[in-house]
Amino acid sequence: MRLWLIPILPLLGAAINGLFGRRFSRQLVALVALGFCGAAFAWALWAAAKLSGGSYSETIAPWIRAGAFQVNFSFYLDHLSLVMLLVVTGVGFLIHVYSVGYMWEEGGFYRFFCYLNLFMFFMLTLVLGGNYLLMFIGWEGVGLASYLLIGFWFTRDSAASAGKKAFIVNRVGDFGFLIALFLMIRHFGSLNFDQVFGMASRMNPETAGAGLLTTIGLLLMVGACGKSAQIPLYVWLPDAMEGPTPVSALIHAATMVTAGVYMVARSHAIFERAPMALTVVAVIGTLTALFAATIGVCQTDIKKVLAYSTISQLGYMFLACGVAAFSAGIFHLMTHAFFKGLLFLAAGSVIHSIGGEQDMRKMGGLRKKIPVTFWTMTAATFAIAGFPPFAGFFSKDEILWRAYQVSWAYWLIGVFTAFLTAFYMFRLWFLTFFGEYRGEEPRAHGEHGHGGIHESPRVMLVPLVILAGLSIAGGWVGIPGSLGGGNQFERFVGPVFHAAIPAGGGEHGRETARQEREAEGSEPETNAGTELMFTGISVSAALLGLLLSWWLYCKRTELPGRIARAVDGFYEAVLHKYYVDELYAILFVKPLIDGSSKILWQGIDRGVIDATLDNSADGAREVSDTIRHMQSGNLRSYAGWVAAGAAGVIVYMIWIGVR
Amino acid sequence: MVPLSYYLVLSGILFACGVTGFLIKRNLITIFMSIELMLNGVNLSFVAFAAHWHALSGQVFVFFVMVVAAAESAVGLAIIIAVFRTRETLNVDQVNLLKL
Repeated sequence: MRLWLIPILPLLGAAINGLFGRRFSRQLVALVALGFCGAAFAWALWAAAKLSGGSYSETIAPWIRAGAFQVNFSFYLDHLSLVMLLVVTGVGFLIHVYSVGYMWEEGGFYRFFCYLNLFMFFMLTLVLGGNYLLMFIGWEGVGLASYLLIGFWFTRDSAASAGKKAFIVNRVGDFGFLIALFLMIRHFGSLNFDQVFGMASRMNPETAGAGLLTTIGLLLMVGACGKSAQIPLYVWLPDAMEGPTPVSALIHAATMVTAGVYMVARSHAIFERAPMALTVVAVIGTLTALFAATIGVCQTDIKKVLAYSTISQLGYMFLACGVAAFSAGIFHLMTHAFFKGLLFLAAGSVIHSIGGEQDMRKMGGLRKKIPVTFWTMTAATFAIAGFPPFAGFFSKDEILWRAYQVSWAYWLIGVFTAFLTAFYMFRLWFLTFFGEYRGEEPRAHGEHGHGGIHESPRVMLVPLVILAGLSIAGGWVGIPGSLGGGNQFERFVGPVFHAAIPAGGGEHGRETARQEREAEGSEPETNAGTELMFTGISVSAALLGLLLSWWLYCKRTELPGRIARAVDGFYEAVLHKYYVDELYAILFVKPLIDGSSKILWQGIDRGVIDATLDNSADGAREVSDTIRHMQSGNLRSYAGWVAAGAAGVIVYMIWIGVR
Repeated sequence: MVPLSYYLVLSGILFACGVTGFLIKRNLITIFMSIELMLNGVNLSFVAFAAHWHALSGQVFVFFVMVVAAAESAVGLAIIIAVFRTRETLNVDQVNLLKL
């Protein structure tokens, strides 16, 4: 069904806009970008309709052939990549539409849409690729597109360096991914998903294969940490908010940063046989969720709050993957794409309406002035906080429940994080939309100013409303059994994760306890009561967060300042993001800069390479300075030299003759 | 019969006298004579070897050298006269127009 068309269409759009967009009118640029992106979405829908029998793969052409090793241009579609495909194209298309309104007044309009379409191309390659190498190409490509879009306002120094930071931090992760690929080539002789997973699932987890699979799993996780902004490589994502807001929504919330989750879920056959790697995934996810949420509580920049919230939610997804509840992770990925994309777009609409201000302390009382933005943002806020029946509730609850089945510690941290999430999201909500307006009257200045607080144009509001609808209803596809649903989502995506696991366990008798528990978890009626209780706990945690932030930011607005003063040291640390950036600067950046400037530049380049050349030139000059005195121009001295030379030759010959 | 080595030593002494004269004398005429002395020193060794080995080619070679030396002295003396006419001196240290 010509899957390759889906990535190629946005590439065409990028090429047309990139090559000729400078001469196009804004309308035409928008038409090209939206047309090709929409066509990809339509084709994806058509492919979804045609997909039967669980999976479909197609090979376009051989790419690399070296002996028995072969990599093809091949595309692969199953229910997992289908979910990703629809999220990427669907949310991506909505954000394209929104961007037309948001970027209308900006310079470089065609350049923006060229990059945006290019991003779609790489992201779709990543999602649809039928082998790890094609996935890696997409993986690198989205990094490139992310770099270009973060640094879109490249004349601003902070934007340019944020782009660089994102790219460099991602390289660290890509390094791990790449080594994992090399290990696969070395030991499996292939990079195709079916061959690698087939071979991995035939391996006995308790013998030599386990070390290999654990190593590959950990290295893949390093790659996922870079792309999906997990500890310790999360530092680039908050800075990436320097890019235009639609970019933050598309790349740094809805799609690209979830690529790591997708990759881990895709590699489930490897991770399931590497329990240690899974534990690492779960621990990293849990810690990241908690860590980022605590930072989010103190941020004052509306986009930074959302950025830390994204990191925290990605932590949830990794927690789900780490407890082998891959479909719950993907479910959260999908709902997160809806509500976090919406949150960013709505935040962009807020920023747009008040003339480019991003500091929440200078907002307030916007409820009446921008009602559509307010109501859509409300839907997203309730969704991320996990209130039923919004989308985030179902996916987060599913993850927490599955996490509890593995360890109560995961669950406890998860619930506490859910409380923090609700707290900082409602803090954002109250600070932005309630109380009195604290900023100045926006003048017609900066990036977005039109003068006066005003609602955004319709082209921006329509995507907001659609995403709000999805944020409310998107979770209903996965209502768990305990709440009277059938968890269709689990049934839809689940087979992907169970297909590779041998059902009976006859020859693979050593099914881990985790998998047994997982099997147990998929029979909801046995645990329905307990599950309901846990649901109640997580909802009340969210409610507690709502009440606390209402009390602090609506009722007693002087309290937050007093609390901050009471725990001054801790507050300072959180405000400065636990000084992680500073720590990395001391640990890695400074030694690197010092090393390259003192050792490589001053020491080796100046001291060895340059010095060799300079000294040999100096030496040549010294020697010729001395020797040139022979060329005195005095005829008799020349004759003397000739005579001396002749005498020398004669002496030499006599000496030879004597010997 | 006088042994070959005597001739060769004499030839060497003559040549060395020529070289020394060439190097230390400042008068062009004397330098010119020193060159002739060197040529004749070499001529002596040629004839000595020719007589010793009973080979005619050495003596023939001497004739060539003498012819060339005669031609050279004709040209050389002409140059010396031309130099004297322009410079009013035969001191080589003052004939240094070509020196930088």
